[in-house]
Amino acid sequence: MAPLVPSQEELQRRRIIGINAETVTNIPSTDFPGHWPGESHGWAVDEFQKVEFHRNDQFEASFSLIGLDASVANAFRRILMAEIPTIAIEDVFIHNNTSVIQDEVLAQRLGLIPLKGSVEGINWMQWFKKATEEGGEEDGPCDFNTIVLHLDMECYKNEHAAKDEQDPRKLYTNAHVYAKDLMFTPVGRQEQYFVGDGAIAPVNPDILIAKMRPGQAIQMELHCQKGIGADHAKFSPVATASYRLLPDIKIERPIIGDDAKKFAKCFPKGVIGLEPVTSAEAAQRGSGYEGHSGEQKAVVKDAFSDTVSRECLRHDEFKDKVKLGRVRDHFIFNVESTGQFDSDVLFLEAVKVLKLKCNRWKRGLTDLMA
Amino acid sequence: MPESVHSQDPDQSMVDAEQPEQEVVSNDPILEERQVVVLPGATDTAASFQFEGEGHTMGNALRYAIMKNPAVEFCGYTIPHPSDAKMHVRIQTTDSTTALEALEKGFNDLMDLCDVVTEKFTSARDQFNAESGNRMEV
Repeated sequence: MAPLVPSQEELQRRRIIGINAETVTNIPSTDFPGHWPGESHGWAVDEFQKVEFHRNDQFEASFSLIGLDASVANAFRRILMAEIPTIAIEDVFIHNNTSVIQDEVLAQRLGLIPLKGSVEGINWMQWFKKATEEGGEEDGPCDFNTIVLHLDMECYKNEHAAKDEQDPRKLYTNAHVYAKDLMFTPVGRQEQYFVGDGAIAPVNPDILIAKMRPGQAIQMELHCQKGIGADHAKFSPVATASYRLLPDIKIERPIIGDDAKKFAKCFPKGVIGLEPVTSAEAAQRGSGYEGHSGEQKAVVKDAFSDTVSRECLRHDEFKDKVKLGRVRDHFIFNVESTGQFDSDVLFLEAVKVLKLKCNRWKRGLTDLMA
Repeated sequence: MPESVHSQDPDQSMVDAEQPEQEVVSNDPILEERQVVVLPGATDTAASFQFEGEGHTMGNALRYAIMKNPAVEFCGYTIPHPSDAKMHVRIQTTDSTTALEALEKGFNDLMDLCDVVTEKFTSARDQFNAESGNRMEV
């Protein structure tokens, strides 16, 4: 027997999560074999319909994935935040630190500075194997697992400063230590990868690291290694990675005249538009527009920009006239990169990581079969 | 909670498999060291698998992929203890397949999906970049 195919209306109904004044309804996905009698719902890769881009900049990308289940979209989001390898300062060797900021605090601040460099080079870098409790030996720093930065600053009086100068940055030289003062020292094959614009450098050169006064100095060697966000937030390649579901607004009965204006004010600008009721609509019996020809009616212009604040559900005049919801399988992603990789590349990396994990576990299964 | 997994059992321990050519292989030694074991009490069509070092990321996506298989009667995942980095997947199937096959199909399906997502994402991005590039020139 051929499987039942539900009507378009029924499928559309299942796609919408209901957002009511006090409750959220129709939450779990039901597209599994056996849930709806007679219907198939087996695995089909073409259920994933398409990707729509809204924005694609280096530091921020926004796009819609349509036709995914929340479990998969959430896997991508979680991987973006915690499982994409990046380079960050991991070991700090402090030769001298006479500034007022303590060694451990300084080291922690340094770790959080986002670094950039040739993507090819960063991908070439390998993991730094640390010594384990079980007696695993440490690799030791090599060109393929450690990037070395130096910070060597000393503060002293500026002889040429005006007598009544108050600004410590002019009064003293090197009073402020910035991220741009980190000096990259390429070793071995790093000289081929991290050259010119590809050199390792902080993404934001003006991050303030420490303040000093004459006679104080900071001298340290910083070792950057590969790591993932699950281990430490400094390795997370994104500032934020989030998704929201596409809002859905249905005006079920006409909202006309002053009510329409008030209705539009319940939403962010541009979400609800006002259009005159056409004479054809006014002539139609039972449409609710009878005798309102030429008056303004509320129409949904841009549900995408809605925040689903539910403000419209608080007013009695809109009772039973509007239905709010969200589309279950339309994920609007927003990825903000910290700068080591471009935002769109990060998403592709996340997909790659998921595939890699699947592949690795699948290989692990061959031994279970034996 | 008593430890119920016999990961020291030589029959269940994992040996590195020969890697097929062309496949993307992670160079992550931490990922490679982790093990997958079958929990005790398994039959052909009903088994629980334990994945070391996995969490909700893989667990929920895998559960969804396996539940999409018509031959699977039940699939669920759990992380029995939050401070123990282990993820359990329970699969019960009809007689037409085995739990292990269903699990493998789940991985295959997820990998196929990853390919499709990558492909559609890349083409949508390239098209978007081309269009916004044109806009800037005007």
